[in-house]
Amino acid sequence: SATILLVGAEGGPQQQLAEAMLCEKKDFNINIHLASSLPLPPERDHLRPRIDLIAFVIDIKSKYSLKSVQASLAYVDVRFFLGKVCFLVTGVGRVNNCSVEMNAIWKLGEDYCSPVIFCELELEGIRVATAQRLLRMLQICAGRVPGVSALYFSLL
Amino acid sequence: MDEVAVEYIRRTVLKIPRDEIMAVLQKWGFLSEAQLQTINFRQTKESISHSVAQLCEESSAGIKQAALLDIIYNHIYPNKRVWSVYHMNKTGKASFFSFSTQVTINFREYEDNAIWIRIAWGTPYTKPNQYKTSYVVYHSQTPYVFISASTLRSNLPLLCQAMVVASNYHNIREMELRSHCLNSLKDIVFKRYSQNFQTNYPLQERNVLTENEDLRINDENRSEKERIHRLNQECFGDGPQPKLDFAQYKLETMFKSDPKWDVLEKKEPFRCLVKFSSPHLLESLKSLAPAGLADAPLSPLLTCIPQKARNYFKIREKSSLHPGSFVSP
Repeated sequence: SATILLVGAEGGPQQQLAEAMLCEKKDFNINIHLASSLPLPPERDHLRPRIDLIAFVIDIKSKYSLKSVQASLAYVDVRFFLGKVCFLVTGVGRVNNCSVEMNAIWKLGEDYCSPVIFCELELEGIRVATAQRLLRMLQICAGRVPGVSALYFSLL
Repeated sequence: MDEVAVEYIRRTVLKIPRDEIMAVLQKWGFLSEAQLQTINFRQTKESISHSVAQLCEESSAGIKQAALLDIIYNHIYPNKRVWSVYHMNKTGKASFFSFSTQVTINFREYEDNAIWIRIAWGTPYTKPNQYKTSYVVYHSQTPYVFISASTLRSNLPLLCQAMVVASNYHNIREMELRSHCLNSLKDIVFKRYSQNFQTNYPLQERNVLTENEDLRINDENRSEKERIHRLNQECFGDGPQPKLDFAQYKLETMFKSDPKWDVLEKKEPFRCLVKFSSPHLLESLKSLAPAGLADAPLSPLLTCIPQKARNYFKIREKSSLHPGSFVSP
């Protein structure tokens, strides 16, 4: 089985994305953990399996969600940044409500050597497509695809 | 034929949403059912108002009927006005001053023991202007009065005097509580809203979440969310909150900074006004912590609003041994 951790501010699309991922057909068990920020509460440490992929959800309409993700990044073990971290940027459909600069997003991806995926998670079609991509990435990060390692993601 | 009254009626009708004009006119009861049937309610509101005015002219409507329609309109749509709450008591000596001015006064009593009083103000030298009105809502079993003064605040002392005399009290005091929603003001002072309570139910009960919960989705912050939910319940209670438009805090506190910066030469209080506005202030405060926008528990300055029955606060320095600020009564 494989575990993905979705980190994003409260009220975001994480829950729906998680449900979309569970609906997809797959040949391995997955666990999805949701958190609004890092560090994770220590009292649940013993219940948590090894995390294979961390996806940070940033809502481009909310400066607060970007700040929250930036603060959380400090708590991620450096080994995750070898392809086991990615950024999901949502809210891009509403150009008029953008509060976060594109430069800030690109810089984040560069600084942390991790892919940035733009997805309008409020739209069901894109949400399903993103769920499929995440599942594929999760498969690779969990080592279930022979010959392909997570290191490839840092080159994206 | 009273042209002023008829025009006033016409303008009152214009304020009513078109689909509700018939119901309001029926409640008014001045025009007969046969007369009401002759009005075409599919026209524009302007035309409907002229039809009504025509019928009122034929039936010789006067100021009294016009005032009654105005009371009924304001009783159905009280949220168009801003209401302040006043508290009457019997302490102290009753004092009077004499003042003469011309007014039109109309009363109407409603089922919930509420008396609606409409006052149109004039001056000692001119007739009352029907467009300059104040409203007073008084519940006879309580010491509370709800006043919507509108434009002429100079008449407020006279109005308060009149209330005190009429209701057999000695003093009247304005409470620091104001809102558009009259029913919510009543809920607050009559303590009709759901109050905070200490929950004695064990946390286990909260673990029974929605039936569709998938065990493969783990919320890392579940215990934090439950803590926030519990604190919110304790602060705000379970039911709907009274509807307030704003809360205003006037600060007269000293500016606290690093001593070596010495921002202000004279040690005077720093004056500052903070105003929170919202279509529904208390519900939005209640949802701040669950939305992750504020830490729970919220500051007691925000959560005490319904209990203290006020939305205007003055925060001053505590001038004795304990530094800090306190809220003045």
